[in-house]
Amino acid sequence: MEYFVIVIGAIFVNNILLAKFLGVCPFLGVSNKISTSVGMTGAVIFVMTIATIVTWLIYNYLLVPLDIKYLRTISFILVIAALVQMVEIILKKVSPSLYQALGVFLPLITTNCAVLGVALLVIDNDMNLMQSSVFAVANGVGFGLALIIFAGLREHLDLMNVPKGMKGIPAALVTAGILAMAFMGFTGMV
Amino acid sequence: MAKKLESTFINMVIVLTIVSLVAAYSLASVFNITKEPIAKAALNKKLQAIEQVIAPKDLKTNKVLPTAIDYDNDPFKDMYKLPAYDGLDTLEIYPAKKGDKVVAYAVKSMTMMGFSGLIEVMVGFKTDGTIITYSVLKHAETPGLGTKMATWFNNEAKPARCVDGKNPKTTKMAVSKDGGDIDAITAATISSRAFLDAIDRAYKTLEKGGKYE
Amino acid sequence: MNNWANFTKGFIKENPVFVLLLGMCPTLGTTTSAINGAGMGLATAFVLIMSNLVISSVKNFIPDKVRIPAFIVIIASFVTIVDLLMNAYLPALHEQLGLFIPLIVVNCIVLGRAESFASKNGVWASIVDGLGMGLGFTFALVLLGGAREILGSGSIFNYKFIGDNDGMLVFILAPGAFIALGYIIAIINKFKKA
Repeated sequence: MEYFVIVIGAIFVNNILLAKFLGVCPFLGVSNKISTSVGMTGAVIFVMTIATIVTWLIYNYLLVPLDIKYLRTISFILVIAALVQMVEIILKKVSPSLYQALGVFLPLITTNCAVLGVALLVIDNDMNLMQSSVFAVANGVGFGLALIIFAGLREHLDLMNVPKGMKGIPAALVTAGILAMAFMGFTGMV
Repeated sequence: MAKKLESTFINMVIVLTIVSLVAAYSLASVFNITKEPIAKAALNKKLQAIEQVIAPKDLKTNKVLPTAIDYDNDPFKDMYKLPAYDGLDTLEIYPAKKGDKVVAYAVKSMTMMGFSGLIEVMVGFKTDGTIITYSVLKHAETPGLGTKMATWFNNEAKPARCVDGKNPKTTKMAVSKDGGDIDAITAATISSRAFLDAIDRAYKTLEKGGKYE
Repeated sequence: MNNWANFTKGFIKENPVFVLLLGMCPTLGTTTSAINGAGMGLATAFVLIMSNLVISSVKNFIPDKVRIPAFIVIIASFVTIVDLLMNAYLPALHEQLGLFIPLIVVNCIVLGRAESFASKNGVWASIVDGLGMGLGFTFALVLLGGAREILGSGSIFNYKFIGDNDGMLVFILAPGAFIALGYIIAIINKFKKA
């Protein structure tokens, strides 16, 4: 039951993008087409889940016992960077078609605050390994949900009559704000 | 411009090792220097939370209020736990003593009845059960509505909603809608109910533990 | 590029937030008040200046193939140092900024400047670049933080000027961040075109 709460919480109530502001750079850069958004989402869910599991293990079985918790930031970001490299290489060999679809997004994920953010959040909230994995997948889905909805909105926005100063990013930001307001309505759901 | 070091395998390994060692050394040093101040700051925060509800200060003048209780021990060190009166969990009790005599209690109470779940409150009680004041520690209530509980229930200018100075033995800690004696926050009945539940649980837990005179 | 131009470009022409659109996450996440924005901006500026300094000093000793991991270790070290120092000496601000302090390490501005400037220029120029970009970033954060604080809490630098009333709460919540930033960029765009 509590996993249900974690999932609903991560996807709707505390949406990583619209409520916690993590992952905004790719959000504004990639979301102008629905097809690229779907590709980015797949890559993010994949990297986020594996990264969270690996960093959780490193933190709880290496950093804590040796009392070097302050090396958390360095070790986590190195793990994420290495993981992304590895995923790229493996994907190229195993599934060239998938690599074609996702490949260009993978390097961007290293600097995606959402991945490092989720890895840090599971530590800050004292989650166990199972909860952390579920949380990571759910957050990836939440990220994708916001991204794809937003891409749909932006595709429409491009066809509309927007005042010159607001064209492009400003209009996108205000739209994101309204979308965030809509998601605020989910508070109290859990 | 000097020529860059070549990307031979041995060079890469050496450079990365040196960079990592230097980084690790600097971080370990900074960590050792800041270890104590960090621990002190964390402890201070906890003591502040207790002091605020037993010996509250006027925020503007920083002078101790007349309702404050004088104590000289470290309530944090003397902390013990009591099972909640409804058996749902255990609450942390921080006794304030003067000499050997207990003069007040700070209770870290909580409720899950909030609009968004958990609300944690620190309540200060006199030894006869009268509330000194409270401090909201943790919550996720709606901003502008539930969040008002931080200043709504201790507003001495509005006695119908103020819990400060009231004794739950004679004043029922529930919203008027539920037959209680406290006015709820306008348009935030659920948060108000939850808040008063936390206060009520704190009082009843001390009562069950036989802590009142 | 002379020093003055190098320094000021971070403020207006190449302002990391309003023009280059980098570092969005902390910009939206820490600007609930002017002070929080200032704190975040200065912490980032510190990391930016120090990492630019170190990277431009050792750039010739780092083989090309490993420069990204090396940069990451250097930047992450300074982020950790800032994190520890703030936790020790500015605990209230540290709690307000929370998760965003370690997230400085993935702030595109820091890695971006290291890669595009510090690894190709001298130490002094890199320091000036870091200072300019860092202060430009701080300026943007204080601007957004101030706007959100005035509209949302009716206060500025924690001085409340509307008495006991509430401001337009939406501005200190998530949606308000997006909307306020959108309008600020729109206004700047208007001046750029004019």
